[in-house]
Amino acid sequence: MSLYGGLRVRNVGKVYDPEGIHVVALQDISLDIAPGEFCVVVGPSGCGKTTLLNIIAGFDTLTSGEIDMDGSTLTAPGRRLSPGADRMVVFQHGALFPWKTVLWNVTCGPVLQGRLPRAEAEAQARALLAGTGLAGIEGQYPGELSSGMRRRVELVRALMNDPKVLLLDEPFRALDALTRSVMHEHLLKLYDLARKTVFFITHDLEEAIFLADRVVVMTTRPGRVKKVIRVDLPRPRDYRILTSLRYGQLEEEALEAIHEEALKAFETGERELA
Amino acid sequence: MLRMVRSTALWRGLGGIALFIALWEAASLLKLPFLRFVPAPHILFASVVETIQTQAYWSAVVISARRVVIGYLIGVALGVPIGLAFGVSRVFKGLFFPVFETLRPIPPLAWVPLSILLWPTMEQTVISVIFLGSYFTVVINVLGGVETVDLRYVRAAFSMGASRWQVFWRVVLPATSPSIFTGMAVAMGLTWEIVVAAEMVSSIGSGQTGLGAMMWQAYVGGVIPLIITAMVSIGLAGLLFSALIWQIGAFATRWRRLV
Repeated sequence: MSLYGGLRVRNVGKVYDPEGIHVVALQDISLDIAPGEFCVVVGPSGCGKTTLLNIIAGFDTLTSGEIDMDGSTLTAPGRRLSPGADRMVVFQHGALFPWKTVLWNVTCGPVLQGRLPRAEAEAQARALLAGTGLAGIEGQYPGELSSGMRRRVELVRALMNDPKVLLLDEPFRALDALTRSVMHEHLLKLYDLARKTVFFITHDLEEAIFLADRVVVMTTRPGRVKKVIRVDLPRPRDYRILTSLRYGQLEEEALEAIHEEALKAFETGERELA
Repeated sequence: MLRMVRSTALWRGLGGIALFIALWEAASLLKLPFLRFVPAPHILFASVVETIQTQAYWSAVVISARRVVIGYLIGVALGVPIGLAFGVSRVFKGLFFPVFETLRPIPPLAWVPLSILLWPTMEQTVISVIFLGSYFTVVINVLGGVETVDLRYVRAAFSMGASRWQVFWRVVLPATSPSIFTGMAVAMGLTWEIVVAAEMVSSIGSGQTGLGAMMWQAYVGGVIPLIITAMVSIGLAGLLFSALIWQIGAFATRWRRLV
């Protein structure tokens, strides 16, 4: 288990345009994520889960509450947090630089930061790519790879930054179901390898339970924590776990909570915020 | 299969050109009202062959090309950094963009009279007008490029600990490069339009004889074959120069073909 990357979200709130239309995106969110924990946030579109991730990443600010990492304050109202490699983000639609090769993409974090000399970063990247079944594509451009392959490269790139927390914003949303299930096992393999704290956002319940140590169900806007479900399925996991009795129980429990919120979201016709 | 499709298109194109020339030849034989003064293709062809063997013709080509290249290169050299600056700096854009947008709609040729008065030589006048035409085109394209850089790439770079300077060089600039080359190619197309008109207006009296001035002199002398030779030469030169820029752009941003 890693020692770093513990996140403490305390009474976090986010209001967009407080003077004008006053949209409450997040309301009194409190969460404790242990170092090395795999935490998945599930919620209907527009529940503010991406907002929460953006706040932790430093792309957005909060309006109340506080977020700590490893005991020191990360962000609080009026305190600008800049994005950094300790909180590496993997985006919904992927953000590999199409004008650079896979190797450059994967090594750019440590090289740009000046943390590793290029040769060393490349050696590390080659090893990590090979270790995850991606050997031989170093010289290719992202445009030459399949979308599933690109996502795997992107996860490797994220890990190369040696973040304390990995922030994943629905990273597999655009993939087809078959590719996605392969990606889940790939991600878990990486997770078992590095045991980084993972903050993962999705609206796919199966994905959430399959991956998580803990599933946090959020309410529709204003986003609050509705339910926290501890997933006690043993690791390492593979797809067979999806047919186990325990998985079924967990899914039922989560489904009940999320369905209620999905209905509410559907009825109010909420659209994704930011 | 591909070769057959290709050759069909090729033959169709050649056939079209042949048909056009045949109709033209027929029209001058029949002495149709408007085409009476236009020389028949075989006369024109003989005249073209004669013209392109003279030194005067090639020196006119070189003089115009030189003006185009100098004005264009200055336009690109200033336009790219200023377009980038408009795109990345809110302060810079706030200060200077209004002035830029006021001047931009003025057609390059409208600058000619003022340029003649401001610049000591005709050479500088023509080059400065070419510069203006390419400069405004490049700036506006580069700015558009910077403003549409996908935020994901910028955020990803910041998320990996890149500095603002690194984000500019490693992300904003490569992501903008397709727009830079588009602006450069469009500007190149414009410069040949401008050089001819600028030369026709300003080179009477003094200055070296470019293709535009050559055409004007042919007009004054009533030499229709020479006018047409100059016209076709300008068209071809513009085509070649633009094609060159497109090619360079396509090579420099060849990663795009994969996306």
